[in-house]
Amino acid sequence: MVTDVKVRVISQRSTRSLRNTLSEIWANRELLYFFVWKEIKIRYKQTAIGATWAILQPLLTMVIFTAVFGIGLGIKTGDVPYPIFVYSGLLLWIYFSTSVNNASSSIVSNAQLLSKVYFPRMLLPLSACLVGLLDFALASMILIVMMFYFNIAPTLWLLLILLPLLLSMLLGAGLGFWLSAVSAKYRDVHYIVPFSIQLLLFASPVIYPPSLVGGSWSWILTINPLAGIINFQRAIVLGTGVTDWAPLGISALLVILIFVGGMIYFSHYEREIADVI
Amino acid sequence: MGVPIIEVRNLSKHYFIGHKGAWGSYKRLSEIIVDYARHPVESIRGARSKKEEIWALKDVSFNVDKGEVIGLIGRNGAGKTTVLKIMSKITYPTAGEIILRGRVGSLLEVGTGFHPELTGRENIYMSGAILGMRKVEIERNFEDIVKFAEVEKFLDTPVKRYSSGMYVRLAFAVAAHLEPEILLVDEVLAVGDAQFQKKCLGKIKDVSEGGRTVLFVSHNMAAIEGLCEKTIWLEQGSMKMYADSHDVVAEYLRMASFSKENNLDSPTISRKGSGQARFTWLQLMNQHGAPVESITEGEPFRLRLNLRVEKPIEMKIIGVTFRDKVGRNILTTVHYDSLDLEQLDRGSYIFSVHIEPNPFLRGNLNIGLGCYGTNFSEYDVIDDAYNFNITPNLDSKDALRWRPGVVNIPAKWELIEENH
Repeated sequence: MVTDVKVRVISQRSTRSLRNTLSEIWANRELLYFFVWKEIKIRYKQTAIGATWAILQPLLTMVIFTAVFGIGLGIKTGDVPYPIFVYSGLLLWIYFSTSVNNASSSIVSNAQLLSKVYFPRMLLPLSACLVGLLDFALASMILIVMMFYFNIAPTLWLLLILLPLLLSMLLGAGLGFWLSAVSAKYRDVHYIVPFSIQLLLFASPVIYPPSLVGGSWSWILTINPLAGIINFQRAIVLGTGVTDWAPLGISALLVILIFVGGMIYFSHYEREIADVI
Repeated sequence: MGVPIIEVRNLSKHYFIGHKGAWGSYKRLSEIIVDYARHPVESIRGARSKKEEIWALKDVSFNVDKGEVIGLIGRNGAGKTTVLKIMSKITYPTAGEIILRGRVGSLLEVGTGFHPELTGRENIYMSGAILGMRKVEIERNFEDIVKFAEVEKFLDTPVKRYSSGMYVRLAFAVAAHLEPEILLVDEVLAVGDAQFQKKCLGKIKDVSEGGRTVLFVSHNMAAIEGLCEKTIWLEQGSMKMYADSHDVVAEYLRMASFSKENNLDSPTISRKGSGQARFTWLQLMNQHGAPVESITEGEPFRLRLNLRVEKPIEMKIIGVTFRDKVGRNILTTVHYDSLDLEQLDRGSYIFSVHIEPNPFLRGNLNIGLGCYGTNFSEYDVIDDAYNFNITPNLDSKDALRWRPGVVNIPAKWELIEENH
C-alpha cells in the first residue's frame, strides 16, 4: 500500500520558507560533513607538503607584511610588535578571504554535479566555509608560538576566541550565498570577487591599526563588518580587552543581516540554478 | 490498484534561450548593462526580450502505479531527461505538477559525485552520500557494493587508476544499492561489457520485483522491452504514446526508420561558437550507407554531417570526437586528414566521415563536433551531438568475452620461441 505520509508535490509554486531550508540542511548534515571531508582529502592528496601550506601561507604573508608595512613603511602599532599585530588579524583575514573565494565559486565549479543530482545547494558554499577551519586551526599554532616569543601572556579574554571566528564564518558564508547564486548567472562574479577581496584587505584594519585611518575615512571601518571583528580578535589575543562593545555589536548585526539575507536570496534562487548554470 | 505512486499532471517546462544561443545560457553582466542602457524602458518592461522560449515539455500527464517498471523513450531532446530531472528536484516545472508518494532516488549518470583522486572506498561513501544514502545505509551495504562491483582488491586505490570497466562497475554498484521507493534511471546501462550490462539489468529487475517503482530511460530497445511492462514515448516534449512496451517500441522503430537524420539545428542543442558556420544535422550510417542507430563491434561505419556556412569563413579544422560514457576522449578525427579545404563560401556542405576500420569496442559513444577557424576561434562546437551504442558482435569468437579496453586495433602475434 502506498501511504500518503511521504507525499511530495513538485510544482512551480513549491517555494520554501527559511525554516524549511534550515531543516533541510540539518537533515543533510551528513552530506555536509562528506563534502568537507572530500575537500580536505583531495587537497591533501594533491599537494606534496599538504598541511604545511596552511602554516606557510600565513607565515610568509606575515613576514612580507612585516617587511613592507612594519619595517618599510614604518606603520606604528603602539606597544605591540608589528609581526604579532599583523598576524593576529591576518589569521582571520586569510580564513575569511579563502572562504568567500571558495564559497562564491562553489556553485559554478560543481555545475556538473548540480545538473545530475539534487541535494540542498546551500551545502556547497557552506562546506567551502567549513573547510577553511582546519587551516585556521593549523595556522593558529603559529600564533601561539608567537605569543610565547613576544611574551604576550594569555588572558581570560582568550576564552572568547571562537566569537570572531564564528562571525567571520557567518560573514563568509553569507557573502558566499549571495555571490555563488549570482555567479551561476553572471560569470563576471569570478573576476569581481578576487579583486574586491583585495580591496577589502585595505579597507580592513589588518595591516594597519584603526587609529591610522583619518577622520573623513573612518566611516569605512564602521560599515565594514570585518573591521569590528578583526579589532575584537586582536584585543582578545593581545589581552588588551574590550571596553566598547558597540563596534562588535554593529559588526555582528551586519553579519547576521548579510547571512540571513544571503540565505533567503539563495533559497529563492536555488531552484533556478540548474537551469541557468 | 489504489493511488498511483507517481502522478504527473499537465507538466510543462520551458527554457529561455537567448538568440545568440551559441553563448550558452548564461549572460555577461556587460551585455545586460548595455542592453539596459540602449533600451532602458523596453528592458525594464521586458518587452525587448531577445529570448526565445523552448518548450522542453508540453502538457505531459501520466500515472505510474506502485511496483511498475516504466520505460521512457524518444529521440535526443525529446524531454526524457527533463522529466527525470523534475522528479528528482534538480529543476522545476514551468506549469503543472508531479505528485510523488515515495522517496525518490535517481541515477542520471554513472559516477555522480565520484572524484578521481579518492580511493574506491572513499568514493563509495562520497557518491552514496550525494545520491542520498545515510552513512549507516552505506555501511550496511558496503560489502554488497564491493562484491557487486568486483573491486575488492582495489578498494584503496584512487579510482583514477581504475580501468573504465571497473570505474563504471563501482559507480553503478553504489547507485544500485540505493533503497528508494521510486528509482529513476537514465541511460546508464550502455556502459561496461555485455556481462556487466546483464548484471545491471538483473539488478534493476530485482529492484522492481522488490516492489519498487522504476522509471527507465534508454535508447536500448531490447532492454526496454525486456524490463518494462509499459513504455512512454516522448516526442518534442509531448507524450506521443503510453502503452504496452512491445507496441510502443514497435511503433517507435517504425517511425524512426522514416526520419533518421539527427537534427542539430534545434535550440535545445547546447553549443558554443560564433555561429558563422553551424552543424545542422548528423547521420549515423553503416558501411553500406544505410541509416542506423547502433553499430556492431568491428563493423566499419560512416557519419554524414551537414555544415551550413552563413558567411564565408577561414576554416582550419572540422573535427569529430568520440567520447566514452565517462567523458574521456577516445578518438578525434579531423577533415584535413584527407581533405584540403580552407575557405568555405556561404552555403551548405555535407561531409561523409568513414570510420574504417572501426576500432571501438562495445559501449556507449558520444559524438562531439567542432568547427574552428584560425587560432582555434570557435565557429560551432557541440559537445553532445549524438549518442549511440557499439554492440557486441555475436558472430565473433570475442562475443561473450570481454576484452578490457575501449578500442581494439589488430596486433600481430608471433610465437618466437617454444621450449619443451
